Amino acid sequence: MKNLKLLLKFMKGNSIIYIAAIVAISISSIFGTIIPLVIRTTIDSIIGDRPANLPFRLNNLFEKIGGKEYLSNKLWIVCIILVGLTIANGIFMYMKGKLAALASENSGKRIRENIYNHLIHLPYEYHVKAQTGDLIQRCTSDVETVQNFVSGHMIEVVQILLQFSYVFAMMLILDVKYTLVSILFIPFILTLTFRFFVRMKKVFMKTEESEGRLSSTLQENLTGIRVVKAFGAQNFEIDKFDKRNAEYRDNISDIIYLMSNFWSASDFMCLLQYCIVLVSGVYWTVGGHTTLGTVVAFSTYAGMLIWPVRALGQIMAFMGQAFVSLGRIQEILDEPVEKMDEQGLKPQIKGEIEFNDVYFEYEDGKPVLEGVSFNIKKGQTVAILGSTGSGKSSLVHLLLRFYDYKKGTIKIDGIELKNIDKRWLREKIGIVLQEPFLFSKTIKDNIRLGKWDVEDEDIFRASSMAAIHDTIQRFERGYDTLIGERGVTLSGGQRQRLAIARTIIRDVPVLIFDDSLSAVDVETDAAIRKALKEKSKDITTIIISHRITTLAEADLILVLENGKITQRGTHEELLRQEGLYKRVWTIQNSIENDCLAV
Amino acid sequence: MNLYEEQEFTKRFDFSLWRKLFNFVRPYKKYFIQLCVFMILIGGIDAVFPILSKIAVDNFIDKNTLDGFWIFCTALFIIILLQAYNVRQMIRVAGKIETGVPYDIRKVAFQKLQQLPLTFFDRTPVGWIMARLTSDVRRLGTALSWNMVDMIWAVSMMIIMQIFMFLLNWKLALIILASVPVLIIISIVFQNIILNNFRKVRKINSKITGAFNEGIMGAKTIKALGLEEESLNEFSKLAGEMRNFSVRTATVASLYTPVVLVLGSIVTGLVLWRGGIQITDGSVSYGTLVAFVSYTVQFFEPVKQFARVFSELQYAQASGERVLSLIETQVDIKDSDGVIEKYGDIFNPHIDKWPEFKGNISFRNVSFAYKDGEKVLENFNLEVKAGETIALVGETGSGKTTIVNLACRFYEPTEGEILIDGEDYRKRPLLWLYSNIGYVLQEPYLFSGTVRENIAYGRLDATEEEIIRAAKIVNAHDFIMKLEKGYDTDVGERGGKLSTGQKQLISFARAILADPGMFILDEATSSVDTETEALIQEAIHKALKGRTSFIIAHRLSTIRSADRILVIDKGKIIEQGTHDELIRKRGHYYRLYTNQFIEEQESKVLAGS
Repeated sequence: MKNLKLLLKFMKGNSIIYIAAIVAISISSIFGTIIPLVIRTTIDSIIGDRPANLPFRLNNLFEKIGGKEYLSNKLWIVCIILVGLTIANGIFMYMKGKLAALASENSGKRIRENIYNHLIHLPYEYHVKAQTGDLIQRCTSDVETVQNFVSGHMIEVVQILLQFSYVFAMMLILDVKYTLVSILFIPFILTLTFRFFVRMKKVFMKTEESEGRLSSTLQENLTGIRVVKAFGAQNFEIDKFDKRNAEYRDNISDIIYLMSNFWSASDFMCLLQYCIVLVSGVYWTVGGHTTLGTVVAFSTYAGMLIWPVRALGQIMAFMGQAFVSLGRIQEILDEPVEKMDEQGLKPQIKGEIEFNDVYFEYEDGKPVLEGVSFNIKKGQTVAILGSTGSGKSSLVHLLLRFYDYKKGTIKIDGIELKNIDKRWLREKIGIVLQEPFLFSKTIKDNIRLGKWDVEDEDIFRASSMAAIHDTIQRFERGYDTLIGERGVTLSGGQRQRLAIARTIIRDVPVLIFDDSLSAVDVETDAAIRKALKEKSKDITTIIISHRITTLAEADLILVLENGKITQRGTHEELLRQEGLYKRVWTIQNSIENDCLAV
Repeated sequence: MNLYEEQEFTKRFDFSLWRKLFNFVRPYKKYFIQLCVFMILIGGIDAVFPILSKIAVDNFIDKNTLDGFWIFCTALFIIILLQAYNVRQMIRVAGKIETGVPYDIRKVAFQKLQQLPLTFFDRTPVGWIMARLTSDVRRLGTALSWNMVDMIWAVSMMIIMQIFMFLLNWKLALIILASVPVLIIISIVFQNIILNNFRKVRKINSKITGAFNEGIMGAKTIKALGLEEESLNEFSKLAGEMRNFSVRTATVASLYTPVVLVLGSIVTGLVLWRGGIQITDGSVSYGTLVAFVSYTVQFFEPVKQFARVFSELQYAQASGERVLSLIETQVDIKDSDGVIEKYGDIFNPHIDKWPEFKGNISFRNVSFAYKDGEKVLENFNLEVKAGETIALVGETGSGKTTIVNLACRFYEPTEGEILIDGEDYRKRPLLWLYSNIGYVLQEPYLFSGTVRENIAYGRLDATEEEIIRAAKIVNAHDFIMKLEKGYDTDVGERGGKLSTGQKQLISFARAILADPGMFILDEATSSVDTETEALIQEAIHKALKGRTSFIIAHRLSTIRSADRILVIDKGKIIEQGTHDELIRKRGHYYRLYTNQFIEEQESKVLAGS
């Protein structure tokens, strides 16, 4: 029921188009149902000489046009009527096609946008934990299943049902007994088709699995081709692949075997139904109960009933799948989105930061930060040293409010963080993540990202500061080089530097490096920091790093161990204390000893 | 990169290409002939139904008698049964071709892939090859089976119907015949537009998939930069593009059926008109008119199918081109005819004739360049004595890997020669060299399967004892026995269920089992815990003992223990010597070493805190 509601939500706003499409279908179906009647009348009452016996007062119309005497000499009028009716039918058919496409594609667009919008507004935490493979599966193949259902299947069902009722009604009006004989096998065809396709779904799954095994064997071979070659295992690999290849072939053969049984049985029933219409028609005509024209009309009508029924069975079988997909989409949409605190303050941010007794935990009872306090003045550079899991990344993430702290206060320029509009905050605090994500756009677009008004000079300046300008210039297409599969693959250090460029172009008062210089060599690291200092002395900088040379230059160094600040001070101060900082620093000197031993 | 752009289809019908493709059908000739027979039968029976109506009308209704009615009914029933049987057989026979041909193509392509040199894999994305062997091959299979089915059915049904019609009444038959060219042209035009648009929609769709991918993978970045609205706008643009195109496609497609219907009604109308007149003057029976009315309806179906198949074959042709291009790729590293004559080919090697492998390797004025002209090595010289351990250090892209690939004959020198035990290795069989190489990537590559299977990969005919002995030598036995199922434990895809250290040990066991004369070790930078690290160092030590080895080294302990260290920069040896010699020099090596030293020590301290 909930799924149905979701479906309606996606379709909302297009109800008029959907209704118009249904109206078009019903009109075109009416014309379609009348056409065999024209042929019947022509055979029986114009060429032949039986009374027309038409329903819906069409007899009057028949007489008005001129009746048998007139029309039998002017048979071309019948031809015109036939073509005229078909054109009318065609126009509405076309309208239906266009309207249905418009409505369903609008719904499809809405589904996609809804999900995408929801996804990017989910909290940071969700994306940290998300299983991307599964998520992408839901966003693509599930959405496609639903869209196919909304676009093709639903309208088709309506069309089949409408056509079925018109034709069925018309047949009943013409001859009740004949009608019943004409639909004798239809329930069987419907059940057979439905049950077959339900069964096929299972078999298809098995085939998909074996296809999956085939392609993963292939992929393993291709990615491990060095190993294969180095051990001379080609023949072994060929046998292995052959086994999968044959297994896949046999699975498809099974499907085809099932299909051959189904289609022949189904064809048999359809043809049998068709022949029963003919045979019983002939039998009754000879007995005088019905007419030749009616037999011809019923043959056509039987065709109009039988073939769509097969389609209906198939659609019904796949309908269940659409609802499963809807359920999987619903699960994403049920995740609560992040509250952006849009009513919050939008202060001018200078860059004074104050942590006061901050506690934070991801899970209850497992504290990550315990009573962290420190002050940073505007324009200061603060370096944080800590081991993996010490809480250093969490600390800077709190500053951007990717997570909410449990206890204590964090203030920026004296304003409590929780009172500030989140988006405003994130625009003012630039963070460079350790493993930055680059988009498959050009390098230029990756740097300006969303700020389309910046000049080329600004881009060049930013990338020069990030020490990546020269590298970019060396690419054949320079700043227009595409990143990713269809372009260049960048090294870890290059990616980090590009991410730095895209952050500093945003002119932020607070800049955070979350271990984001780790893949850059020591000299470049120093050069980047120097360039930043030269650009502005007012930027507050927080650097997470392991490098003593980086740490040593900071105005304040914080050493974080197990969620607590264990040491704080300048380089000189910390060297005078025993502790993690000194231990890391000592390594620097031991290299000399190591080499002198030679 | 343009090389791997998906080229959707080529317009011109390529005769020689199809002849090559039909070679794949040759083994299924028997089925193909059967298929033709069944399709002609099916088409024939489909064409006969209107005639049956005529017989019913003329013999029973017109004469107002039921004489012979039951015989007629029986005949009808038998024909239906026969048709059902035909359909069943036809599907089964077509299925044999549909499954058999792709199977064969995949098999041939895979065998080819196993022979292609590494340079091919360096320059060809895995995804590209995968697509050739999956979707393209599938499309070819469909083309050579079901498309053929539809084609034969359509053509035979059209011809048989036309014959029947002319036999019944040539004047009415001409009316229908005249409509055929118009219908064919309309259909082909429409089908082409529809199919083209459909491909474009698929393309946009894959862009949308890509956008979802980026939205999910890049969500953290989007949030950090506050780009939510911007990103949604971009996505909306794509979704809108998709909608507009789909609507356009559907609009064109929904015009097709009405146009065909109207054309059909014109023909029906004309038949009724002209036929009606003929009935009045007695030259045509009611039955004939009825038969013609159903022909006007039935005749359009095969024509429509014909047009559809015609358009689809254009895409199949593009698939065929791509698949054939893969199969026909030249293998440029292979045994010469002389070598094959002497030592056998890779499928039937004469192992007894192989020379002994000692392990003296020399590079004589070796140059190497990729096909696109990118030079990696120029005039490179190196002498390695049997049993010597060579460590190669230098930055990414300096040419270290190329040197190793050349030594293994994964690449061949573009100029100069490489001698193994004094003879150009091109005069020896490839398999001989490969079976004498032990190759260990420290970001090790395991295949899905059990631990035992992965170790046995080193030598496929190894006994259980040999496998266990190899595992014991590299200290892997203990941890393997602690695994849930011991040697029968499934390692998961790419060994994903094991830790990096465990995978490394298994890949050492694999190499030890192969008992190679030459050892290649490509060290990774990724760190493992100290305990495993010690085990690995011991394993390396055992593996290298007494064997010529090349190490692309990153770890200090490995580098230090090498007999000779080569510092490589831009394809040249800029420094060489032992660790001590190079440290004293205070040159490139000294700088590389100290940086590495600090990093290693620091990570130890930080991990311990």
